[in-house]
Amino acid sequence: MYSNGYIFRYASILVILVAAILSATTLLLQPAQERNVRIEKIQDILASAHIASTPANAQALYEKHIIREIVINNQGEEIAVFGNGNFEKGDLRAFNIVLKTELKKKELAMAGKTAENPVFPLFVCQKDSETIYIIPLYGRGLWGPVWGNIALKSDFNTVEGVTFDHKGETPGLGAEIAYAPFKNQFNNKTIFNAQGQFSSIQVVKGGVFNSNINPMHGVDAISGGTITCNGVSSMLKDCLENYVLYFKNQNAI
Amino acid sequence: MSAENLEREPLFSAKNKKLLLGPINKDNPITIQVLGICSALAVTVKLEPAVVMAISVTVVIAVSNLVISLLRNTIPPRIRIIVQLVVIAALVILVDQFLKAYVYDVSKQLSVFVGLIITNCIIMGRLEAFAMANKPWPSLLDGIGNGIGYGIILIIIAFFRELLGSGTIWGIHVIPKFLYDFGYVNNGMMILPPMALITVGIIIWVQRSRNRELIEKN
Repeated sequence: MYSNGYIFRYASILVILVAAILSATTLLLQPAQERNVRIEKIQDILASAHIASTPANAQALYEKHIIREIVINNQGEEIAVFGNGNFEKGDLRAFNIVLKTELKKKELAMAGKTAENPVFPLFVCQKDSETIYIIPLYGRGLWGPVWGNIALKSDFNTVEGVTFDHKGETPGLGAEIAYAPFKNQFNNKTIFNAQGQFSSIQVVKGGVFNSNINPMHGVDAISGGTITCNGVSSMLKDCLENYVLYFKNQNAI
Repeated sequence: MSAENLEREPLFSAKNKKLLLGPINKDNPITIQVLGICSALAVTVKLEPAVVMAISVTVVIAVSNLVISLLRNTIPPRIRIIVQLVVIAALVILVDQFLKAYVYDVSKQLSVFVGLIITNCIIMGRLEAFAMANKPWPSLLDGIGNGIGYGIILIIIAFFRELLGSGTIWGIHVIPKFLYDFGYVNNGMMILPPMALITVGIIIWVQRSRNRELIEKN
């Protein structure tokens, strides 16, 4: 029979060996994985403005269409502007901001637990002769995070397009938020009401038609995906509200 | 020693062929051994994730069968399950990392389900029942055979669930528009897990009525 000593040695060597193999693979594959994540982020930003891209040409299209990356603070002031490959103001690139951390900071700041103020990214996109403002989104779904981008036309009000993605929503139900039938509902909706107040866009269970929500500010939810859809609603509200002051400062509204 | 013992068994002898092909029909892990049902329900809403899942499971099961078979004479019986789990988990993480690096789109499609391969009963079942007691080559074949047997059922279920549930195959609409105009509606039930179980049941029924020797006698 095997002695206890043998069992301990066997288990230790096996575990150390496996750990070494896994760490080595992770280190080797990390550059390729990070590149994929970066390209995906670029493609998502472009897709919200209805610019189709492939992993191969995403970088070039990004440089061509995204003319400025703006970082704003919670007073709605620009604190950094990056355009044409150099900084016009500040030294922070909107592309490198992790929205999840900023939203966490905002939550803490609102509870008075930190003095650190969050900053938010905004991408300015030039498509044909139109200027489109792209806002990244981040929120919670049912099983994990959901995120996306919303592109607004130059009136800071009308939606040009949206993209959504998720970590692990239920396929066929919540995961449908990532597909065109759901996303296309957002086109040409508005985020401010007639009085110029911020109203966001709600994802309405049971359909906008059967509710008392203005069809300009609501889209139909997905049956069986209610929690994911509610997550999308609150994500839109939580992320878009950070830009309201900025938009007002631009006196577009 | 007789000459017969020295003669090596051919790589694809009748016995080895049976190991490879048996699980596809008469010894199918899902419909006959009724293993791995849980993941068969989870990933079969759409065809594409089902296909990638089938390939990933086949790779994991084949390689882990091979590794465990190579180690089988050194593994202390008291910690064999732990050793098997470590091997499977390590392989699953490797598969996940490779998918993320080289087929990023697909890895996003599968998301959590790749991790779920670890809990797939077929893999532990084959390690425990076959690889622990057999040589590496038959174990590898057994692993590939069972992976394919599992994958085929997955793909059949996913085909019907996607066709009837979403009206698409591989994401492309195949149900013509005029049928919808006549009042045809996609069956939302097909998207929910219970219908996967019922589909498995129908496959088992069809298989057993075509192959009467599979029917239990009592």
